[in-house]
Amino acid sequence: MISSSSKVILEVRNLSASVAGVDILKGINLTVRAGEVHAIMGPNGSGKSTLSKVLAGHPSYTVTGGDVMFQGKNLLELPPEERAHAGVFLAFQYPIEIPGVSNSAFLRLAYNTLQARRGGEDLDPLEFNDYIREKSKIVEMDPSFLDRNVNEGFSGGEKKRNEILQMAVLDPTLAILDETDSGLDIDALRIVANGVNKLMTTNNAVIMVTHYQRLLNYIAPDFVHVMRGGQIIKTGDKALALELETRGYDWVHA
Amino acid sequence: MSAVMQSVTSHDSYLTGLLPATVTAQTATPEWLTALRADAAQRVRALPFPTTRDEEWRFSDFSLMCKTTFAPAIAAATLTTADIAPFLLPEATHGRLVFVNGVHAQHLSSSSLPQGVIVTTFTAGLASETLRTHLAQYATFQNEAFVALNTSHAHDGALVVLGKNTACATPLHVLFVSTASTTPVATFPRCLIVAEPGSECTLIEDYVHLSTTRTASTYFTNAVTEIVIAENAIVRHTRLQRESSSAFHVGHAAIHLSHNSVYDSNSITFGARLSRYNLNIIQNAEGANCTLNGLVLISGRQMADTHTVMDHTQPNGNSAQLHKCIVDGGAHAIFNGKIFVRKDAQHTHSTQSSRNLLLSNKGRVDTKPQLEIFADDVKCAHGATVSQLETEEMFYLNSRGLNANTARNLLIYAFAEAIIDKVPVNSLKQRLSQKVSSQVGEVV
Ligand SMILES: Nc1ncnc2c1ncn2[C@@H]1O[C@H](COP(=O)(O)OP(=O)(O)OP(=O)(O)O)[C@@H](O)[C@H]1O
Ligand SMILES: [Mg+2]
Repeated sequence: MISSSSKVILEVRNLSASVAGVDILKGINLTVRAGEVHAIMGPNGSGKSTLSKVLAGHPSYTVTGGDVMFQGKNLLELPPEERAHAGVFLAFQYPIEIPGVSNSAFLRLAYNTLQARRGGEDLDPLEFNDYIREKSKIVEMDPSFLDRNVNEGFSGGEKKRNEILQMAVLDPTLAILDETDSGLDIDALRIVANGVNKLMTTNNAVIMVTHYQRLLNYIAPDFVHVMRGGQIIKTGDKALALELETRGYDWVHA
Repeated sequence: MSAVMQSVTSHDSYLTGLLPATVTAQTATPEWLTALRADAAQRVRALPFPTTRDEEWRFSDFSLMCKTTFAPAIAAATLTTADIAPFLLPEATHGRLVFVNGVHAQHLSSSSLPQGVIVTTFTAGLASETLRTHLAQYATFQNEAFVALNTSHAHDGALVVLGKNTACATPLHVLFVSTASTTPVATFPRCLIVAEPGSECTLIEDYVHLSTTRTASTYFTNAVTEIVIAENAIVRHTRLQRESSSAFHVGHAAIHLSHNSVYDSNSITFGARLSRYNLNIIQNAEGANCTLNGLVLISGRQMADTHTVMDHTQPNGNSAQLHKCIVDGGAHAIFNGKIFVRKDAQHTHSTQSSRNLLLSNKGRVDTKPQLEIFADDVKCAHGATVSQLETEEMFYLNSRGLNANTARNLLIYAFAEAIIDKVPVNSLKQRLSQKVSSQVGEVV
């Protein structure tokens, strides 16, 4: 599916970032082309979530160097909502609960906001209901979750599934999945991973942050990167993930 | 440096000026009521006007209202059902009492209720033994100037009686409408709800205003509600204060619970320039259950003070309280929530949470949860937070494509909605949600 002639979607060059005055990212380089799946692995605290949030535009992180091009746009100049409009999606490691707003109302608001930006049609609540029920099937989510408040009282796994439902609804060009697999039981992992596979096309790409090889059994990565100390210290193919699974991170050096 | 002379104006005689012209000799007023009103008037003359030097009024300075001379309302303005249509609840067409500027409006009211449910006015129910037994027994006026003032005017109020084991399936709506008038008017709404053993009802106590002009009208509402809940009875009470933004509102509610009875309260405050709501609840027998929800949404120069007292006097009682304030502009919200767990009230389970959202740096919130426990085997928890919107929540919504403004509105809406969602009448819930959207900005 991939060839070096595929269109470059994301180009991260020498990206550095800090939070609360502490340098976390120290020169990240990463090129993602259409149709590719990239896995990012690495020990706790190595900066994987930081990279994800910096790409999505979290205001608490300060970019101290480097640049990020996304489909020809300077991503770092855009506020987070415009990054979403441009096609960036982050599935959160810890999704937020919003009591008082139903999941379906929230999804419709997000969907219609994006549609307006992309020049598409608004869906009214009835039309959206049909649309969202279809999308729910991708992650085999029980429709009762649509009437519940966003993530309120959802189990850890249910929240992760809901993130992928949001991805299905928003149809991003680049999806960054931050430990979407953690918290999922064995069946849910298979279902959610299959959902992500269904959403993959030759025009979009996925960056998956994970600690475990088992996710990669379902979603085959084209590249596996190892992060440590705020840098990508090694890049390989899926064989690297298998090697990490048996040998841990200690042997990997920049 | 020159010495500064401070002139202190005393407003102590102000409330006396609001007493009824004559308390005596109204046709058909029974002697007991005339005596009660005279007693109350006596207390009005004796009690000082509350000032910020009183602990209970520390943050709410009502002296502003003393600049205005309020006249007692005369007759009900001639309104039609169409005029008040925006406030009517389709669910409550069977039991509605409407008062216009404090005067009962028969032609706007309706009552076609099941056997055992009485919804009437004091005037019509004066002969009733129930009225005599209960009126002014719970909202005591000895030390409360505003309760005394209201009681001195008590002659036309809302009387709701639920007979033994009677469940009223449809909500009861007591609507107090204030209209714009050339001279500022004072009204003294009064409600007495008596739920006899095993009965059940949903009550909406609603303060609204109708303005014909663009300028908000100035008036004064001084309300008192008493609710007596006998053993095994259930009362769900939603109180809406949506007065004009220039109005003054001082309301008291006194709730008295018996054995295994249930009281649910949703108190929602949107209106008034200065408002005060005192909700005093006493669990007077074992196994009573209370859920108290409060929402205050104010902006501009509004001030809203909510004082609640939850008094557990007997064993095995429950109470769960959640009070939320959303404060924008230069508004000021005050919450003071006292919970008493008396010596005999073993196995009480009581929680209280005060959550506040401050949307501007000119706004202010003073919150003071107070827990006083005299029993040793109880479970109690309380807490208060004042916060601006959370960065993480904002980022989550922004990352889904919502701009900062929409995300902010959605979070405020959600904060309010979590309380509005508990209002047990659907049409009202929808209207309140719309009201919140229109105030915080359209979102969902
Ligand atoms: N707001 C913050 N203030 C201070 N330090 C922070 C902040 N956010 C992140 N860090 C630090 O940055 C480092 C990288 O954190 P990050 O969450 O990116 O790690 P991670 O690779 O995602 O780890 P994990 O595998 O545990 O999820 C950590 O040492 C963390 O403590
Ligand atoms: Mg992480």
